[in-house]
Amino acid sequence: MLKSMDDFLNLYKQSQEALGREKMRILICAGTGCVANGSLDVYDEFLSRVKEQNLPVKVHLMEEVDDEPHALNISGCHGFCEMGPLVRIEPGGVFYHHVKKDDVKEIVDKHILNNQLVERLLYTHPVTGQTVATQDEIPFYQKQTRVALEHCGRINPDDLNDYIAHGGYQAITRALFNMTPEKVVEEVLDSGLRGRGGGGFPTGKKWQFAASTQGAKKYIICNGDEGDPGAFMDRSVMEGDPHRVLEGMMIAGFAIGADEGYVYVRAEYPLAVKRLKRAVAEAARTGLLGDNILNSGFSFKVNIKEGAGAFVCGEETALIASIEGERGMPRPRPPFPANKGLWNCPTIINNVETLANLPSIILKGGKWFKGFGTEGSPGTKTFALAGQVAHTGLVEIPMGISLREIVFDIGGGLRENKKFKAVQIGGPSGGCLTENHLDLSLDYDELRKAGAMIGSGGLVVMGEDTCMVEVAKFFMGFVQNESCGKCVPCREGTKRMLEILTAITEGRAGEEDLLLLEELALAVQDGSLCGLGKTAPNPVLTTLKYFKDEYIAHIRDKKCPAGVCKALLDYHIDQDKCKGCGLCAKVCPAEAITGNKKEPHVIDVAKCLKCGTCMEKCKFDAIYTA
Amino acid sequence: MQQRKFQRLQNIIDGHEGNVSHLIAILQEVQEEYRYLPEEVLTYIATAMGIPPATVYGVATFYAQFSMIPKGKYVIKVCDGTACHVRGSEPINFALRKELKLTGGEQTTKDLQFTVETVSCLGACGLAPVVVVNENEVHGQMTPAGVLEVLKKFQVQEEN
Repeated sequence: MLKSMDDFLNLYKQSQEALGREKMRILICAGTGCVANGSLDVYDEFLSRVKEQNLPVKVHLMEEVDDEPHALNISGCHGFCEMGPLVRIEPGGVFYHHVKKDDVKEIVDKHILNNQLVERLLYTHPVTGQTVATQDEIPFYQKQTRVALEHCGRINPDDLNDYIAHGGYQAITRALFNMTPEKVVEEVLDSGLRGRGGGGFPTGKKWQFAASTQGAKKYIICNGDEGDPGAFMDRSVMEGDPHRVLEGMMIAGFAIGADEGYVYVRAEYPLAVKRLKRAVAEAARTGLLGDNILNSGFSFKVNIKEGAGAFVCGEETALIASIEGERGMPRPRPPFPANKGLWNCPTIINNVETLANLPSIILKGGKWFKGFGTEGSPGTKTFALAGQVAHTGLVEIPMGISLREIVFDIGGGLRENKKFKAVQIGGPSGGCLTENHLDLSLDYDELRKAGAMIGSGGLVVMGEDTCMVEVAKFFMGFVQNESCGKCVPCREGTKRMLEILTAITEGRAGEEDLLLLEELALAVQDGSLCGLGKTAPNPVLTTLKYFKDEYIAHIRDKKCPAGVCKALLDYHIDQDKCKGCGLCAKVCPAEAITGNKKEPHVIDVAKCLKCGTCMEKCKFDAIYTA
Repeated sequence: MQQRKFQRLQNIIDGHEGNVSHLIAILQEVQEEYRYLPEEVLTYIATAMGIPPATVYGVATFYAQFSMIPKGKYVIKVCDGTACHVRGSEPINFALRKELKLTGGEQTTKDLQFTVETVSCLGACGLAPVVVVNENEVHGQMTPAGVLEVLKKFQVQEEN
């Protein structure tokens, strides 16, 4: 139990020494993506192989082992999820991908025992064709700047000492012993940090309101509800560096005078819940959370609350209602939560990523943070790159970088050489951008001008075979489902909009419906109570603006140019091209394809699920839609 | 039997000291126990906590996590987040539902073996399209044919 600053510095010194003694550090990604691909088996295999070789090994930083042990750690998400399971070996930052259990023996024999690289597991540069050994040489990482994700993939999220060894809890101790709350707020104001949850409201300003509000009890809430389809950065931070989130909350708590905090996490993120709970328990046991922390006079306690699946709970007033045990419905503001929030006490709600930026801002200064990004949107932002891009994963880049750089340089362009069509940015609150926007600078203001939004940072790349009307319908279906129903424009408006969009994709709509759709969109935007409704029409409005001809094709020609909308197409086999290989019939889940070997096959339109698997598998381009 | 059932319920409520603000957490624990929220359980919770049944019912129907109808032994969640959607989650869902003969809004097979639901995003977008079975078995980069193989595995398991 740490009781003073000296105690803390001692622990820091000890953990640094322990880190310095490590001969090699083996980091096995244990983010959700890699775990799904079997990374925990890889970890177990490493452990037994290393033990088999009688090498000194430790699985916790401070474990007492003979000198120069091999440290075996699980780590948080490295970001390059698609290539998982990932293994990083220090020193040198050697990066192995697609590591299976059976590969471990070779890594141990070659790399760990003999310091030789296992060439076949290294990354191959797509242009030069050369293999590169380290993470820093991979194009996916080269344009990134990591602040919030600084430790993700580098430290063991289940080990408090590892976080401390890497400079953790230095920022809060500096705030506690060398700064006043006013100075902390000032530093955050100077940094220009804006809320990373999507709204983009200046964090320092929000704090100022809460700090100046009188009240014996104040709360900090960490919003980890991340319901945006296509976004997973908060999940990765909570899973990969949970102590950083707690430290951010403590800094916020000290700044506004709060002594209690809540982390509101989605129930769909069981791993994040587990790691956060463990982090809270460990920090409390060590004396970094609780009463009179390090004898500084500051007390702070953290509770973990699991959400129960409601997108609207990302809205701060709805989130508060949910923590209070009610239906998560928003209420009109003012009063703002900074004045009257959880149980009517002044409350600050910050997003996970916002909080994860704070330790760096306090340690390195607001000016340092402002050195990244653009004038109006300083700092870095994490994006979840997904969809039809070659390299999917989590990236953190300075604000202001262009969409082209993200999609083509970091993301490696589109998979299967598909043609780029659009990027959907910001989830259901955001919009679809086109080729013409590829050189747009990614920051809050530029995106808003284009009708989109950073939102929480989901970035879904779409290729030529995506139907934009269908995408708009998809988002409308989502928000219609998630509308809490409190206000009429959102509840009824999104329902009607979905009906019109459905009619369009099924070829039942007329041109007058387009006007009605637009009119409804603007009404919902203007008339809704909270952010969910206000931004729900964005995907429709942007697709109407940039892809109007596609809407027209559905309505006038009863055709879906991308070949997606089922009501408007059927699958057929070109009898001249079909060689009768039978592959299509084999993969068809509905057994809709029949034919004799080496003779042209046919599709039974009535049985066909229109899933497209046959078309994907056909080597002769014999299957077409019409 | 009935007695024991409510005893377990009462223990969960007591574990939260009957705190009304813990209603969601209580419902989560109860659902874990019964795999769904039976009506009489909701009534019991309301009476035991001294709040209107409408409040309990309101919360239970508001959140996606709660189910008022029994779920199958295997809950298969097909992710329909944007990333999964554009990489083909719909055909996966179709294939599953067709195979299990689920029609209309049906989610669970009559023999209570399988439940198929779509969820809005599981946050594993890098592996899209994703299918999760019983919370812990994640299958990435799924295809309609692949998901039927996964299903077959459980069907065979059940037959033996």
